[in-house]
Amino acid sequence: MEQTGQRTTRRQLLSTIGMLGGSALMYNMMTTLGYAAETRFKGPPNLSGAKKGASVIVLGAGLAGMLAAYELTKAGYKVKVLECQDRAGGRNWSLYGGDTITEMGGATQKVGFAAGNYLNPGPWRIPHHHRTLLHYCKAFGVALEPFIQFNHNAYVHNTDAFGGKPQRFKALAADFEGNVAELLGKALDQKSLDAAVTAEDRDRLKEALREWGMLDGDMRYAKNLRSSEHRGFERPPGGGVGGAPTPSDLFGLKDVLDSRIWRNMAFFMNDEFQTTMFQPVGGMGMIGKAFAREVQPLITYNAKVTRIDQGKKGVVVTYADTGTGVVTEAKADWCVCTIPLTVLSQIENNMSAKMNAAIAAVPYSNSVKIGLEMKRRFWEEDAAIYGGHSFTNQEIGLVSYPNNNFLKDGPAVLLGAFASGMGGYHLAGMTPEERIEAALAQGSVFHPESYRKEFSNGASVAWNRVPWILGCCARWTEETRAAHYQTLVAMDGRVVLAGEHASYVGCWMEGALLSSIDAITRLHKRALEA
Amino acid sequence: MKLALAAAAAALLLAAPALADEPGPGGSKPPTPVTGQQVYQMVCQACHMADGKGAVGAGAFPSLASNPKLKTAAYPIVMVTKGRGAMPWFSDLLSPAQTAAVITYVRTSFGNAYPEPVTAQDVTRLSPPAAGH
Repeated sequence: MEQTGQRTTRRQLLSTIGMLGGSALMYNMMTTLGYAAETRFKGPPNLSGAKKGASVIVLGAGLAGMLAAYELTKAGYKVKVLECQDRAGGRNWSLYGGDTITEMGGATQKVGFAAGNYLNPGPWRIPHHHRTLLHYCKAFGVALEPFIQFNHNAYVHNTDAFGGKPQRFKALAADFEGNVAELLGKALDQKSLDAAVTAEDRDRLKEALREWGMLDGDMRYAKNLRSSEHRGFERPPGGGVGGAPTPSDLFGLKDVLDSRIWRNMAFFMNDEFQTTMFQPVGGMGMIGKAFAREVQPLITYNAKVTRIDQGKKGVVVTYADTGTGVVTEAKADWCVCTIPLTVLSQIENNMSAKMNAAIAAVPYSNSVKIGLEMKRRFWEEDAAIYGGHSFTNQEIGLVSYPNNNFLKDGPAVLLGAFASGMGGYHLAGMTPEERIEAALAQGSVFHPESYRKEFSNGASVAWNRVPWILGCCARWTEETRAAHYQTLVAMDGRVVLAGEHASYVGCWMEGALLSSIDAITRLHKRALEA
Repeated sequence: MKLALAAAAAALLLAAPALADEPGPGGSKPPTPVTGQQVYQMVCQACHMADGKGAVGAGAFPSLASNPKLKTAAYPIVMVTKGRGAMPWFSDLLSPAQTAAVITYVRTSFGNAYPEPVTAQDVTRLSPPAAGH
């Protein structure tokens, strides 16, 4: 136990450091003192003193590339960024009404969402400990709002439980915990656990089980107002004459186990999915737009890299304009390459054989997201669900509810699918129309009266079919990490790779930024030594 | 008892966090494809397209149509089970029987005519489960 006096002393010390040295120093000190150890961000890199005339070419205007361009420019380098698309941001991307998307194979969708509504095909939520991303959001003026990650009142659906009828998370979780508490209490009473706990701890554990599991005085999990406080009432407390609440029926233990509710409970305990989570106001793409504002003049759009050639004096990157086909050679002293490995493995280059083996060893995951615009917020109005996710074991994975504009009239966009694995491949192989139909058919399980009736229009992104990446995120295994990771992140002559694929925070924007900071810090050191 | 423990260990492996922004506990029960055509439509056509002709973007998905590389069954078996470049491994998603069925299907469709069937044993021999990912 920590003494109050000690804590005050430490806080005073920190506040003094904060006043003297600014937030970055204070942050380092906090980490040293054992706080905030959940991140590897040590503040922006603050590089300076580049050699006169030194230049860097950055391949890719996603977050990793744009951060590299921003910080290297500040350090004094002449920077040029090549971007394959006509847009910066990479996977940081939001789709709005009027946008057109064409996927591999040629299927084209015109997004029909009402003004202000959007789908985030890629990243959509930000953990509170992703300090690098939060730092640059603040620095570049990106407004954030809460992302409702955990909603006790959303549904859990399993085709193998309750005859396929969805149940509220809170009822399933309460009954799981209540049953586990009762069983553990019995085990304690039967002295089955005496070898593991002292008599004193046994008494405290019983108290804990009673309070945590909402057990009654006899250590039973039973239908009463106490259990209903966790799982929900049959008739909730009201006012006046008929105000008395009535308790709800409990589910049978077998049904609760059939629902596999522990998986949902465990999901929310995962470090990366704990509250608080954030989203940018107006769509995740606001972050990419904010980064782009900082480095806009440096970016050449519609530039498809076809060759990376490095020599003793510099790097030559050949690229073709995706519209005109005109081929250009760009030269620089150094290169930061953030091109996804799926694409990079198909680009001619003279990096080392080891590096090329590493690039070819990491395929990308698949995922599909589907946005469904509904004419009204029936999940709020009819089901009291405000943000959060309803999970299903069907292919769509989940339905996620919008985290903004609560209680408003007018259309809103649901995330109608976030599918991966087998289900993700299946949805990706469909036409856009078939995907919408699958999302409506499966999502209707949660809101059968309204789902199809209120549907207005939809859009889908199957990451395998996104032409500039051909997949979602780098898929490392323990074996490929051991064989290739250090090669992949090491400087190869004058080229260094950066992006979520060059990090252990895979598939998160934070990983892209941490990788970029690490890469450019090493590049700068090498450039000064050269 | 031993079996039960092995099952518990397998479940633990499955439940290990992927350290990625993932859908979570949903989507665990997609339909199970059986025939080669079903496997193709459920998995392969996401990239290689319904007509087997692949597609081109910043990178390309190779065409499987009239593809002479499919003549030697070992080539598609190794590609499907171990992957390479943008092609992921599917040894954790498809059983040897499903893998054999889809390779047999592709080798006899889309203008390919290599009628000798690939068996689950062929797949297991070239890609023993223990060596999978």
